[in-house]
Parts: sequence; C-alpha cells; structure tokens
Amino acid sequence: MFGYYLDLALRSLRRSKALAAMMVMALAVGIGASMTTLTVAHLLSGDPVPEHSATLYHPQLNPTMPPRLVHEPTSAMDYRSAMDLWSAHRADRQTLVAGSPVKVQVEGSGEPPLPRQMLLTTSDFFPMFDVPFRYGGPWASTDEESHARVAVISSALNDRLFGGADSVGRSLRLRDSDVRIVGVLAPWRPAPRFYDIWNGRYRHGDTESFYNDPEDIYAPLATGLDIFAGQTPVMPVHFCWDMGADGKSMQTDPCAWLSLWVQLSSPAKVRNYAGFLKGYAQQQKRQGRYTSDQTRLQSLMQWLEWNRVVPGTVRMQAWMAQAFLLICLVNTVGLLLTRFLRRSGEIGVRRAMGASRCAVFTQCLVEAALIGLLGGVGGWLLTLLGLWMVRQQPVAYADLAHLDLPMFFGTFAMSVAASLLAGVLPALRASRVPIGFQLKTL
Amino acid sequence: MPIRPILRALRHHRFTTALIVLEIALACAVLCNACFIVAGKWSLMHIRSGIDEPALAVVTLDNFDRQRADDLNARVVDGLRRIDGVQSVDLISGLPFLGAGGESTSPDREGKLGSYSTSFYFGDAGTLATLGVELTAGRLPRDSDVVPDDATIVQSVITRSLADRLWPHADPLGKVLWCCHGSGGFRVIGVARELIQDMPRDDASVGNAIFTPQRSGPMLAGQYLLRADPARVSEVLRKARAAMATLAPDATVDDEHTGTLGDLRHRHFRSDRATADMLMGTMAALLAITALGIVGLTGYWVQQRRKQIGIRRAIGATRRDILRHFQIENFLIVGMGIALGVLLAYAFDVALMKFYELPHLPPAYLLVGAVVLWLLGQLAVLGPALRAAAVPPVVATRSV
Repeated sequence: MFGYYLDLALRSLRRSKALAAMMVMALAVGIGASMTTLTVAHLLSGDPVPEHSATLYHPQLNPTMPPRLVHEPTSAMDYRSAMDLWSAHRADRQTLVAGSPVKVQVEGSGEPPLPRQMLLTTSDFFPMFDVPFRYGGPWASTDEESHARVAVISSALNDRLFGGADSVGRSLRLRDSDVRIVGVLAPWRPAPRFYDIWNGRYRHGDTESFYNDPEDIYAPLATGLDIFAGQTPVMPVHFCWDMGADGKSMQTDPCAWLSLWVQLSSPAKVRNYAGFLKGYAQQQKRQGRYTSDQTRLQSLMQWLEWNRVVPGTVRMQAWMAQAFLLICLVNTVGLLLTRFLRRSGEIGVRRAMGASRCAVFTQCLVEAALIGLLGGVGGWLLTLLGLWMVRQQPVAYADLAHLDLPMFFGTFAMSVAASLLAGVLPALRASRVPIGFQLKTL
Repeated sequence: MPIRPILRALRHHRFTTALIVLEIALACAVLCNACFIVAGKWSLMHIRSGIDEPALAVVTLDNFDRQRADDLNARVVDGLRRIDGVQSVDLISGLPFLGAGGESTSPDREGKLGSYSTSFYFGDAGTLATLGVELTAGRLPRDSDVVPDDATIVQSVITRSLADRLWPHADPLGKVLWCCHGSGGFRVIGVARELIQDMPRDDASVGNAIFTPQRSGPMLAGQYLLRADPARVSEVLRKARAAMATLAPDATVDDEHTGTLGDLRHRHFRSDRATADMLMGTMAALLAITALGIVGLTGYWVQQRRKQIGIRRAIGATRRDILRHFQIENFLIVGMGIALGVLLAYAFDVALMKFYELPHLPPAYLLVGAVVLWLLGQLAVLGPALRAAAVPPVVATRSV
C-alpha cells in the first residue's frame, strides 16, 4: 500500500512541478537557516573535554579587599591563594593556568620574532584536559620545582617554525630566554578554551574570544615567571583590588590572575574538596587576608553555563532562524492544504470506490513526507552552504563550523517531521471531503 | 465597496484565513524586531567618533621591554616622522575602536555623588590636536600640563557629555573628577565637543571619555598615532608597518591593533555587520516566503470560487469589482495578521531583551512592518485577483 501511495505522491508532484518546487524550496530554505544556526550553537555549546569533563572542577575564592571589594567569588585567584591550594595536592590532579603574550624566535633562523600567546601552567594540565601529543610529552613535575627552562609547543607553531618535524630537544627563544622543547602537541582545538575564560556572564553575550585557538606555547609557571622577571604587567590581569599595585611582581600584587583547576573522580572527593576550600577561605578570613569567606566549586559544564559561553549573536541568530522556520512551516501547511483540496474531485472518486478516510489521510501524509524528504535534501545542501558562509566570516569560531553526523541526520529528521506536522491538518481536511458533492461536480 | 459580504465569504474559509493570518502575524513579529535590530546596528556602525578618522592611522607594538620604553618611543617616533607623507606622529594609549582602559569616574573623591563608566585615553601634549578633537571650552594640553606619573592630580580634557553628567549645572573648567576609588584626580582644562568611548556598544556611556597627557615611559609606550593626507594614509601606514622591522627589531607588531582608523572601525564592527547582513537576508527570504504563501492560497480561492465569480459577473459586477473584492479581502486578512503580529512582536521583543541589552521596540517599527506587509499582500494578491477578474460571466451558466 505504501508503495502505491508513494507512486501517487510522485505522480502528483510531477503534475504540478512549479508549485511542488516552490514548496520544497520554501521548506529547504527554512530548514537550511534553522540547521545552520543550530549547528553553530550546538558546536559552540559542546563539551570541550568529552572524556573527563564530569570530573573537572573549578574552585573559586574571593580574595578581594577594600577599596574594590567584590561581592562574589572571583573567576581567578591571586598568586598566594592559588599556590596554597595547588601545593596542598588535595585533589587527584590539579593545575594552574594563566595566559600571556610573548615573542618567540628560533635562534639563528634569521626570522624576526613572532608574537604568540603563552600559557603558564603545570604538568597536570596535559593529562587532565586530554591534550594529545604528537612528539615528546609533558615536562616532569620536578621541572617545576627546579624552574627548568622547558616548554611544550602547539602543532601549529611546530609547523610554522620547524616545518612539522620532530622538534623535541630543539631550543626556542622566548622573550630573552632560551627554553628546550620537550613536547609538541597534536592538533588540539578545545571549544571554548574553557580553562582561561572569565566573567562571560557580564559580557552581554560578547564571548566570541572564548573560541580563539588555544595558546601556542606552554611552559611551567615558575619558568614563565622567570622569563618575565622584573617586567611590568605581562598577564592580562583579571582584576586588581588595590590601584597601588605597581605590577612589578605578579607574585605579591593584590591581583587575581591565576585559575586553578582540579580533577575529582568521585562525589565524595568533591564534597571533601569543597570542605577543604571553605576551610581555607575561613582561615584566610580569620588571618585578615580575606574580607569574605565565599567559595564556589563548579564542574566544567557548570562553569561554561555560568559564563554563558555561547555568544549572544549566535543565540539570537538561532532564535531568529527558528522563528523563520516556523513561518516556513505555516506556509507549507497552507500550500499543502491547497494542494490536497485542489484534488477534491480525485479524492471523492477514491472515497466513492471504497478508500477509507484513513487511507486518504495516509496517502496525503505520504505526499507530505515526500516533500519533506526533498526539502531535507535541499535543506542539507543549504546548511552546507550556510556553514561555508559562517567559515568565511572573520569570527573566532569560523573553523569549527562543520556539519557533524548527528546534525546531518537531524536535518532530514527535522525536515520530514516538520512536513508531516505541517501535513496533518491539511490531510485531515482532505480525508473529510464529502463524497457526493465532489462527484456531482465532476 | 461593502465589506460585509467579503467578511461573510471569509467565514466559509476559516481555516485557510487563519493560516494566512498566522503567517502574516509571525512575519510581522520577526520583521519588526529584525528591522529594529538592523537599524540599531546601522546607526552604531555609523556612529561619529569625534576624531578626524580619514587622516589617521595607528601602529601598535608588543613584546618590548617596558623598562627601556623611552628609548623605543624616541627611536620609533623619530623614524616614523621621516617617512614621506607623515604629517605628525604622537604617542597614544587607547583610541576609539582600538580599546582603552575603562574606569568609573565621580565628581567627588568618595564616589557618593554618582559614578559614570568612562574610557581613559592617554597621549602626549600634541595628541588631541593630531586627532582633530574640537574643544567647546578651555584649551588643549600644553607641554607644561604633562606631570610625573605618580602625581595625584593630573590635567585632562573631558567630553561635553561626561561634563554634563558629572556637573549638570556648573562650569566644568578647573573642577577635579575622581576615579579608581579616589586614588586619582583629573583637573579639567578643556572640554571636547565630541569623543566617543573606546568600544562603542549600544549603551548610555557612549560619550564618556577623558584624555590625559602623559610622559613617555613604561605606561605610555608602543602605540603611535600617525596623521597624513587622507588620500595617502593607507600608503603611509604600509611604509610605517614595514619600517618597524628596522626601527623596533626588539618588538613585535600587534597587527590586530594596527591599521588606519577606517580599518579599526571596520574590524570593531565586523560582528555587528555580520549580524545585520544575516538579518537582512532573513527578512528578504521571509518576505518572499510570505508572498509565496499568499499567492498559493489566494490562487486556490480563485479557482474554488470561479462559479461564484461567474455569477457575480453575470448579474452585473464589473471586472474592477471582482479585482477590488480580492484586494480588499487581502487587505483585511493582512490587517488581522498585523493586529496579531503586533502582540507577537512585543513578545519576541521581551524574549530578545533577555539576550541583548535592547531598548523596547519603538512603535514606529510596527508601522513600518505593517506598511511593508500590506504592500506585500497587495502585490502578491494582484496575480490571482487579475485571474479572478478575467473569469467570464459565461462560467455561471455551466453545470449549475
């Protein structure tokens, strides 16, 4: 029976090609706009560490003091608090991160120094965030204590400076210091760059920079501070609560600029760590170093949620596209209705010859689904075009805009579901066509 | 033409009428909001900065040794002045579309009399003149106004709009405004007619800016303002950019913050431009789809009512009467859609305000949406209505 309905639907499409083409196109445009924006929103709201994100937590304290006391835990910590918590080693793994610009050069290459971003961190950073290596590996934790001049570089920088060859053991000039490369990363593109974002909540949706490429150079925190020794502000300091800070020493200034991340593999450990954090804050408050003993311990996904990482423009475009799809659907309902009712005579004959209402209803829905499927193909092509257009835009997340498998199937599912939904009412109407009246007018 | 029979005819097509009304209503809601956002972006992108943009360019250096900033500044400024076509070179820190420090300022040291988010621009004594900023009161900074970095009170030029906010009823000249929790005071020596904040967004603090002349040193280094003939400014910038390799081999050029003011403005608004383009595309597609829907449904009605049209023609209705019938019918349906659409538009507006700091939708946009949709409806109905008017009276005599 289904085959017969399909045959009928194909015949009907062939009979009024122009109208059918217009319907398919209208549906395709709606699906294309909707799926393009949804795909971008889906990619930007994804999990940047799919394997481990449930065990990663971001502890926060409030180290601020008057005159610029803030009333909630800050996104980053001051050096002393961060070092206290990190060196306590109370979590399964823990790492500190702070980004900074740096100039980098290969000694003797004759090339001018390149401006690049560096991440000061600790060796746990790599296993905690599933950072893949192509050559070598992370530095040893003993390198941190000894301020060893070592670094890990990104695959992009390795391609740029060493043509993609194994550069482990080669030397790199950072600012005025030489470091030895111990590891080269495989391509790694966390989206968003979750570990050093802050205050997304207060950016009014202006969070595009969270999707920038990750840093090109990774060095131990102590080494990085040595490299910048004696230099005025090198970190994009997050927040200073006393303007008297001269920026001469990142270690002692009343500024929050380091983020701590911990890995806690069980709910009991999370509870314990939260207690430890609270205890630390209370102790600091008693000692008069803190004004507030507020703390916060959020999981990675909660942290992204709190920072409202998906840019406002992306969200607005997704809403607009859904409203547009809704209009396309209402339009499809109307056009399907006219399609079916124009054939009232034909339906009358079928009914008179014994077809049940249910059969007419099913036949109409099959036709709607066929239009939906064709609309899905068009929608898929338009989604590919839409994503290509996103990739041409000068936005930080442009390179991420690709159709993944779930969204590919989603396109067709959405198109068929939409057209079936749009087909229900017209099909019901068509199945109620009175037999006698229609036969009389033939 | 009487409206009552048209309405009565519509009652026989409640479902299809409801569909068109719904489609128009949704289109109206999206159209009004999209128009409003696009208009907002457009006026933002064309905001006046108060500086002589066509003649200006900026070069920004990075990764240099701040302890030797004086040496770098002297080398670079001297080298840039030698470039053919350069009219003047000044030190700056922060400019509109380039970014700058932001702090809240108050008319009193404790900040109890109100505080206003303000952009802080720094430069040398000649920077304001090079920028082409016009003063309405007071004077431009002189070399003698440049005080040491650790001075508590410095000499500054503020904008008219900031002055009006700080001291609504008094002459700002000679007054001191405070920032940063009372740690810095700024004595007003001049009032600029116009100078926008560094990163204009759609908010109220758009004209709040302050300029302070400073000494060349660690806090004022690595950013250079060039002035040239507007026709040559791109060429001059290209030469300046190339000269950096020899003038400042110890620094790197920050290309994101280097460009003519035109480039910087363009870069600053790129995401706004992309949003506006996307919304305009959506609006065009939306109008096309809505028109398609109207053509489809009205075409069906005409076909369905052929006989009635024939009868009307047979008993004396002119072609014009039939044409009018469909046109008025469409006008009424679109009108109903717009009425519903206005409510929806406000609902959308409230939802959008959650993501965007937008003011409420002004009623003018509803009017624009209504007019556009009415015109679109009339245009879309013309084809089917003409076909209806062409139905010959003889149809009435067939198979009654």
